[in-house]
Amino acid sequence: MGLLSDPNRRRALTNLLTRLNTPLCLVCYVAGVAWFMGLAFEPFTLRTYMSENAMGSTMVEEKFGAGERALAAGREFSAHKKKAGGMPVDWLVKAMQSRGLEVFTQSFSRTLPFPDENKERYMVRGTNVYGILRAPRAPRTEALVLSAPCSPGSSNNQAVGLLLGLAQYFRGQIYWAKDIIFLVNEHDLIGMQAWLEGYHHTNTTGMSWTPLQGRAGSIQAALSLELSTDVITSLDLVLEGLNGQLPNLDLANLFYAFCQKIGVLCTIQGKLQRNDWDTASGYNHAVQTMLLMVLKQASGRPWGDHGLFLRYHIEAASMRGINSFRQYKTDATTVGRLLEGMFRKLNNLLERLHQSYFFYLLPSLSRFVSIGYYMPAFSLLALILLLRSLTSAHALDLWVQLGTPAAGTEDGLAEVEQVSSPGVLSVLTPVVISHLTGVALYTLPILSQDMAVEHFPVSETEAVVLTAIAIYTAGLALPHNTHRVLSGEGTEQGWRVLKLVAVLYLAVLLGCTALINFSLGFILALTLVPVAAFVTPHVPRVLCAVIMVLLSPGCTLLLCVFVYQELQEAPVSLLEGWNLFLSAISQGILDHSLYGSLLYPLLSLLIYPCWLLLWNILFWK
Amino acid sequence: MATCGSHCHLYLKIFALLCLHLLPVASNYVEARASQLFSSGHTNNWAVLVCTSRFWFNYRHVANTLSVYRSVKRLGIPDSHIVLMLADDMACNHRNPKPATVFSHKNMELNVYGDDVEVDYRGYEVTVENFLRVLTGRLPPSTPRSKRLLSDDRSNILIYLTGHGGNGFLKFQDSEEISNVELADAFEQMWQKRRYNELLFIIDTCQGASMYERFYSPNLMALASSQVGEDSLSHQPDLAIGVHLMDRYTFYLLEFLEDIHPASQSNMNDLFKVCPKSQCVSTPGHRTDLFQRDPGSVLITDFFGSVRKVEITTETINLTSPIVQQEDKHMMGEPTSEAQSYVDQLPVAEIIHQKPKRKDWHPPDGFILGLWTLILLVFFKTYGIKHLKHIF
Repeated sequence: MGLLSDPNRRRALTNLLTRLNTPLCLVCYVAGVAWFMGLAFEPFTLRTYMSENAMGSTMVEEKFGAGERALAAGREFSAHKKKAGGMPVDWLVKAMQSRGLEVFTQSFSRTLPFPDENKERYMVRGTNVYGILRAPRAPRTEALVLSAPCSPGSSNNQAVGLLLGLAQYFRGQIYWAKDIIFLVNEHDLIGMQAWLEGYHHTNTTGMSWTPLQGRAGSIQAALSLELSTDVITSLDLVLEGLNGQLPNLDLANLFYAFCQKIGVLCTIQGKLQRNDWDTASGYNHAVQTMLLMVLKQASGRPWGDHGLFLRYHIEAASMRGINSFRQYKTDATTVGRLLEGMFRKLNNLLERLHQSYFFYLLPSLSRFVSIGYYMPAFSLLALILLLRSLTSAHALDLWVQLGTPAAGTEDGLAEVEQVSSPGVLSVLTPVVISHLTGVALYTLPILSQDMAVEHFPVSETEAVVLTAIAIYTAGLALPHNTHRVLSGEGTEQGWRVLKLVAVLYLAVLLGCTALINFSLGFILALTLVPVAAFVTPHVPRVLCAVIMVLLSPGCTLLLCVFVYQELQEAPVSLLEGWNLFLSAISQGILDHSLYGSLLYPLLSLLIYPCWLLLWNILFWK
Repeated sequence: MATCGSHCHLYLKIFALLCLHLLPVASNYVEARASQLFSSGHTNNWAVLVCTSRFWFNYRHVANTLSVYRSVKRLGIPDSHIVLMLADDMACNHRNPKPATVFSHKNMELNVYGDDVEVDYRGYEVTVENFLRVLTGRLPPSTPRSKRLLSDDRSNILIYLTGHGGNGFLKFQDSEEISNVELADAFEQMWQKRRYNELLFIIDTCQGASMYERFYSPNLMALASSQVGEDSLSHQPDLAIGVHLMDRYTFYLLEFLEDIHPASQSNMNDLFKVCPKSQCVSTPGHRTDLFQRDPGSVLITDFFGSVRKVEITTETINLTSPIVQQEDKHMMGEPTSEAQSYVDQLPVAEIIHQKPKRKDWHPPDGFILGLWTLILLVFFKTYGIKHLKHIF
């Protein structure tokens, strides 16, 4: 008989798995972590290459030469921005019109659920200005976007200037097969969200905006430019978008290819490339770059203005000019040449970018790890959960029961019923209560901010964040309270059934998360899987409780904040870290309501209740 | 004086005798030349030039085809005898910085699109079906003359294909393929219908040699830009236009053809030497075993040009005597030869004298090895290993 259909063989297999369960789990965990760390090791990574045939090599002749004029336009823009105290709409419209574009504006307004302390805004009102360069001979079916943000103060003036300079240069060429949209958005991501929603006729976040008067066709690719200095020393590429979505790797390959051709220093995650991969420090560097990307992707927020394009299946990336203390400086003309080359190559595209990878990790700009190579790291961790569920099922004798239905059907049925019926009831209560707590964590902070401000001397943002933390810690006290509500049965079967349910639930949750956002799934798995695997009511309570709290989603977030600051080479003290943690929570809630980021709902509605279930198991009487 | 006179008379007689002998020799010489004039075998030239790719990044394939078109027209084949199949989306492509041109040299030296290009099959009409119909002549009656290959049994045809290919196939416009077997069968159909006298087949794709491997009809000569397993490479990019302009093989072929004029005597051996490995990186190949004449005696202009052979002579030439009817040499009792069936009308094997293919020795199949191993194992398991010494 087959291995799984023969009851004797199956029993033997399950016995083997049950005996070896703990060592197997440990081995899997260590293997998963080692696999993840080994991803950045250079011989295991692949060199990036251009997959799209239509883009070919970098053989175009860049002729842009008006860098100085672009900088002058940038200075004019800055002066008018200061005078207008925001976006100088009239001047920008006139400037774009004089360069031969079709100019349109869009105004938008949004009231944030609570004031944003990082960017100091609450009721946001603004205008986007965009000009369309029509392709001379092509039908208006496809478009490319070049955008620069209009930031308060003195940042990103040169970006707008370069945008205007490029617009003027592009207007004189006849080889454009797609329309090019030059967009200057106000209030960075909020303005970008309004523009994209208006362009695609969707309204997912409750923003109010005026409809767009001019349109250019379906957008094939978008580049966002951030340039705040006249000369730069390096260009940083930002890829991570909303909910951890990444643009097609070909866009990064295109950027890298042109950087090499023109001779501009290019970085990713702000880190330079190194060639000494066989040394420990080289490997260290690659691991740091990859970990930064993992943390940024896991946060689920768009790290540049491009991040919102990805949701509409538009490949987009942001380029940030960095001016540090280096001897070799690149001027605006060279940056303009790089953009010209990239746009000419994107112009050659016949279809959307789809030949290269959509899921990847970049330990450096020239090396990548594709989903086929990094997924086993997560599956090894998920395997632990499956092994544990097998043990639980075996302990519940469910496996054996299902295997021998012939032997005493009546007794068997009765037994099963006896086993499951208290099980179902006792499981349902903790599940429902945990999820209700999750719902409270999701809705109450914003709803109750007024009440909190009345009674406590805190600002609205602090009220929201502190309410969230309060509900989170209140959940820790649940087991003591729910046990009074329960029918008083703290049976062995009860917690085993609950554990089985919790482990399977966690496995499904983490699996789905890892498919969409591998980094988030992996980080959550790293902390939650050991908890789920080893929690029982019989372990030493206090020690386990402390460990569980340390490995809970909230503390994971705190730890990630510290690790992120370390990797950025800007380590913070405990207090500063705590403040960053609070602002991270508020940003997460804001991102969810402004752009539809899914991190906060996922954590509060699904992951936190799951963790509460495990917490319930720990305190099972 | 008398001796001189007699001597002179003698010399005159000898001279007259010699002249008398030489005259037929001289006339024989002219006749030989005349017979040579009419012995080349073909009376008209056709060309079928096909570019099987479309899209802007396949600019070089269109430039390849147009370069060959240009040479062929320059050497005398008129548009009515050229079937040009192109996607024709390059000159007026939105991405072309120089509209209405297709350049084959960088720095825009040579515009092969010109102003007198006649494309017979353009755009989506370039399909495998149309190509095969053109070759075999099976076109619907409504097809205009410019889209037909109206060749006869005295036509020399040049067929040039370029595009993306692989081992045994050629890709047509991203949606279909033609295999080497189909092509060989099409040529066999042409042979059976007497649609060509001699045919020169040139292909410039990756692994192009695989396309002529399966030919089996007589009077075919084939050239390819690369062998099986090799890629044909492109030659030079133009930075202003932003694409590769030509493939290497056709680039050097064009250079070679630019030196040919209608009266040049270069032969096929020179054509085989075009683009050696040092220039082409791939190894060009050719196949002449199906061709009956010696390639050294085949002029380039036999295929690439439409050369009317005109020789001016003041001699009178006796054309060959009328054909004498061969008497039936029936012997009594000898059976008459059977009327040959349609298939055997032109017994190819007799014409080509192909050597039978030598079957290469292959090492024994895995299956046979496994079978013998199994038998040996069973034997030794049953009877024990100690019997081994009885065997060996």
